[in-house]
Amino acid sequence: MKRSYQDQMHFEGRIWMLGALLLFLSAPVILSIGTGVWPTFAHFLPGFIATAVIFWPVTTIEVFTFSPMLGVGSTYLAFVTGNLTSLKVPAALNAQDALGVEKGTDEGDVISTLAVASSSIITTLIILGGALLIIPLTPLLESPTLKPAFDNIIPALFGALGIVYISKRVKIAIVPLLVMMIFFPLVPGSGGLVGIMVPVGVLISIIVARILYKKGLIT
Amino acid sequence: MAFLTSWWVYLIIGIIFFYVFLQSLVTLIKARKRAFELGFSKEQINQTITSSMVFSLAPSLAILIGLVALTKVFGSMIAGMRLATLGAVTYELPAAINVINGVFGKQIGDVLTPEMVITAVWVMTLGCLPPLILIPFFFKKMSHGMKEMRAKDQTWNQIMMDALFIGMISAFVGYILAPKTPEGETPYISVLGILVLATSAILIILLGFLMKKYKWEWLKNYALPVSMVAAMALAILYAGWGVR
Repeated sequence: MKRSYQDQMHFEGRIWMLGALLLFLSAPVILSIGTGVWPTFAHFLPGFIATAVIFWPVTTIEVFTFSPMLGVGSTYLAFVTGNLTSLKVPAALNAQDALGVEKGTDEGDVISTLAVASSSIITTLIILGGALLIIPLTPLLESPTLKPAFDNIIPALFGALGIVYISKRVKIAIVPLLVMMIFFPLVPGSGGLVGIMVPVGVLISIIVARILYKKGLIT
Repeated sequence: MAFLTSWWVYLIIGIIFFYVFLQSLVTLIKARKRAFELGFSKEQINQTITSSMVFSLAPSLAILIGLVALTKVFGSMIAGMRLATLGAVTYELPAAINVINGVFGKQIGDVLTPEMVITAVWVMTLGCLPPLILIPFFFKKMSHGMKEMRAKDQTWNQIMMDALFIGMISAFVGYILAPKTPEGETPYISVLGILVLATSAILIILLGFLMKKYKWEWLKNYALPVSMVAAMALAILYAGWGVR
């Protein structure tokens, strides 16, 4: 029996992703074999615990937060190539909006996949180029003149993206926006918590949306 | 630390880059075919591909800043591999610091031993694995559940999708107001960040107005990257005026 497009994407996506898992794991193994240097348990464990205690829950929640936004085809690629919030998710969103396709449909899914794949190709090539040309590029990338531009990529991205979405769904946006605009300035060290606060924001906005929808205040 | 630039490191990293590139390319080709089947025109498909590539230029260049920082520890090839796969600089840098500083008491930029570097690579690799395990084993079931829910109520599906994005956007708008804490300085809220956020928002509204008035349909795909890059360029100007 021939698989449906979605089932085929799941089938192939799983193979690609498990292949990536093996390949990514092979990098430190080969480094250790090649150099004869293996991390000692006493050094590895504290570093790993300090990292995993934050990033295992964060990356786990990311799967549940971002995969519905991305759709089937792009989820398998976006989580292999990373850089979800600054690249893959906005790219998918921008492409779907430009064509006016509904998110969560087959059409939305395929446009999101096109966007994420195109974005991944460019990012991979730029990073590879950057890695090969790091010596001549370093003075330019560390230039104090360009620093304010690169430091402010998140405001530049979310200003434009935010106004479009917030103006579309003002009633849903008010509460999560207020919560975040109070939380971040008031909590010391909150800058490092954005990974945790994304699912919190998503949860708040879904609860607000559900209440408004049930009360017939939004359609 | 000659091994960081040895031929076999280039080889394994080259294979990983090739794998990621190939997966992206194959996914793109299959999605393109599927888009035709769903009735999208060649022009719509090509425009989606081009605009997504254009949009990705500025954020990808920003990743190179992280590449410079990580290169000081891992050499450019391993640093590039870490940034082109799985996480993002917001994960890789703290994970590296947890080992270099937290375990070995050194700073990025200090002279490091191979043991320090290799321990950090192991921690960075294993510290963000969950998606690569969860997605192959559970995502299909999850997406079937989502599909059934969508079929039950299409209107709620659309509202929920918008709510998902608004939740993410709210978190990042709030994040811009998070106090910056430069070493040895008093924490401050970045007025520059707020100004850039507002500039970018105003620019996209302005572009929307121009699109409507002059019927510039082509601009629809590029309004986001144009607003973003222009706001980043203006950040240089604002910083020159002393805004921080």
